[in-house]
Amino acid sequence: MENVIEVKKLRKEFKAYSSRAGLKGAFRDLFTRNYKIVPAVNDINITVKKGEMVGYIGENGAGKSTTIKMLTGILTPTSGEIIVNGMNPHKEREKFVQTIGVVFGQRSQLWWDIAVQESFRLLKKVYKVSDEDYEQHMQHVIRTLDIEPLLDKPVRKLSLGQRMRCELAAALIHNPPLLFLDEPTIGLDVLVKLKIREFLKEINEKYNTTILLTTHDLSDIEALCERVVMLDEGKVIYDGALRELKEKWGDQKELHFQFLKKVNIKTVQNVTSGLPVEWEVDEKDQTFIAILEDRDELISQVIAKVVAAFKIKDVKINETSTEEIIRKIYEKGAVEVG
Amino acid sequence: MDKYIEMIRIRFLMMLAYRTDYYTGILIYSINIGAYYFLWNAIYGGKEQIEGLSVVQMTTYVAVSWMARAFYFNNLDREMAQEIMEGKVAIELIRPYNYLGMKTMQGLGEGIFRLFFFSTPGLIIVYFVFPIQFSWEPRVWGFFAISIVLSFLINTQLNLLTGITTFFLYNNAGLIRAKRVVIDLFSGLLLPISFFPGWAQSIMKFLPFQGISYTPSMIFTKGFSHQQAIAAIGQQLIWVIILILPIYVLWRVAKKQLIIQGG
Repeated sequence: MENVIEVKKLRKEFKAYSSRAGLKGAFRDLFTRNYKIVPAVNDINITVKKGEMVGYIGENGAGKSTTIKMLTGILTPTSGEIIVNGMNPHKEREKFVQTIGVVFGQRSQLWWDIAVQESFRLLKKVYKVSDEDYEQHMQHVIRTLDIEPLLDKPVRKLSLGQRMRCELAAALIHNPPLLFLDEPTIGLDVLVKLKIREFLKEINEKYNTTILLTTHDLSDIEALCERVVMLDEGKVIYDGALRELKEKWGDQKELHFQFLKKVNIKTVQNVTSGLPVEWEVDEKDQTFIAILEDRDELISQVIAKVVAAFKIKDVKINETSTEEIIRKIYEKGAVEVG
Repeated sequence: MDKYIEMIRIRFLMMLAYRTDYYTGILIYSINIGAYYFLWNAIYGGKEQIEGLSVVQMTTYVAVSWMARAFYFNNLDREMAQEIMEGKVAIELIRPYNYLGMKTMQGLGEGIFRLFFFSTPGLIIVYFVFPIQFSWEPRVWGFFAISIVLSFLINTQLNLLTGITTFFLYNNAGLIRAKRVVIDLFSGLLLPISFFPGWAQSIMKFLPFQGISYTPSMIFTKGFSHQQAIAAIGQQLIWVIILILPIYVLWRVAKKQLIIQGG
């Protein structure tokens, strides 16, 4: 299958100025300023195939947004090669942006003071969409996102969830084959999130739209993306299937115990001594957490010993969540997947 | 071209969305014209003419230059500065149009809106309130029309230039304010250029500012002879062409080193 995004050794550097301390320093800053060059994106390589839904994740300041801005032709890279939809984004910007749709969760692309449908009408002209295409495609989008009743309202009167659905529709007016979503679900409630996810899945299936998605909400990624690219300090630290990541890192289980009587952690540890178990205590609700390998035999052994020794109020068995996996990876700073 | 015309329409709608701005605008302009009318009356005292303009011509000059200002004036520089500072310019750059061209069209939409709903009714009112002399020669009106379109272009170009500097200065509120004062003073809005001392006039000949207000107002009040009018319009046109160059260069440089502020 053809590659929609091809990025080789992409790099973006920013100058970071630092102010000198004190009044004297402030005067010196008037004439010469200290700065150092910081790479926000550090020689990354990514290829995305047509129809893929890729989750692009990383901590705040990892360089996600900078990458997206280079891929959409807003920023000029310091060095490296970018080819998206067969074009060089910042060189052929006006022609290139015709083939992409972008949603920035934190910025509105609709005109604040006028009705949503007026924004749509302007965008329809801007992207030179014919009346028939607009009717056929947008009718469907408007119905699925359920924004019909919002069309005649000015954007400033919409709630965040309503606005986000309109933003998404606006980004799809020209039915682009490639969609960039930069934190599209930020600050949204569960229902709107679900609706947006369903909708994205649907257009991906219907038009084979390629979607690149950044988010801090890993449930978005779990629901949508088979592949994740993880970024840390401007470098790609993982690029592969989400499932693999889980298998490799999610090989642990957690047993949560709550006891009827007050129990000392030492005594609990003594009970399971000899078994490969780590104990943690959650002081707030007196929960004792045993972290152990995901082996059925071991788990039942631990439970048997604990139950025999103490009176139990509650027991839970948890799998490691994706969030925890990601946290572990960030802490370690690298991933080696075979 | 369709999209640019649509943008003019959108700007119309936006102007209508803020009606209060529109009403206060009318009030401010009327106060300005009235104040300058009384000021100039006092300055003229009993004198027939100052610097070749009679008191009636002067009153007309004031009224027309303020009404023309309603057409050519816009806040594109401030809007651009805001868009750049808040990082909204990112949204503009993901659209398949020329950002500066679109901005110009927004300015034009605003100008046309004010020309019809503001200048025209305003001028009719002023015509009955103050002793103003209108020429009904179609040639004067024709020249005037060409001239204010060119003043719109020069003023917009200067605004775009000021706006682009935000990319380099990050906060250029001071520059924007300074530019506004310079334009009001050197364009001949507050004082006809012919009232400036000789040395100042000869310097201003080489600056684009008088093409913004002085030229159209002098054409309208017939302060210019036919030849002078044609020469002045020619000069405006030359400035429109010259100003394209620094805008183009600065924009190219700005895009290269663009930093989107606020993530």
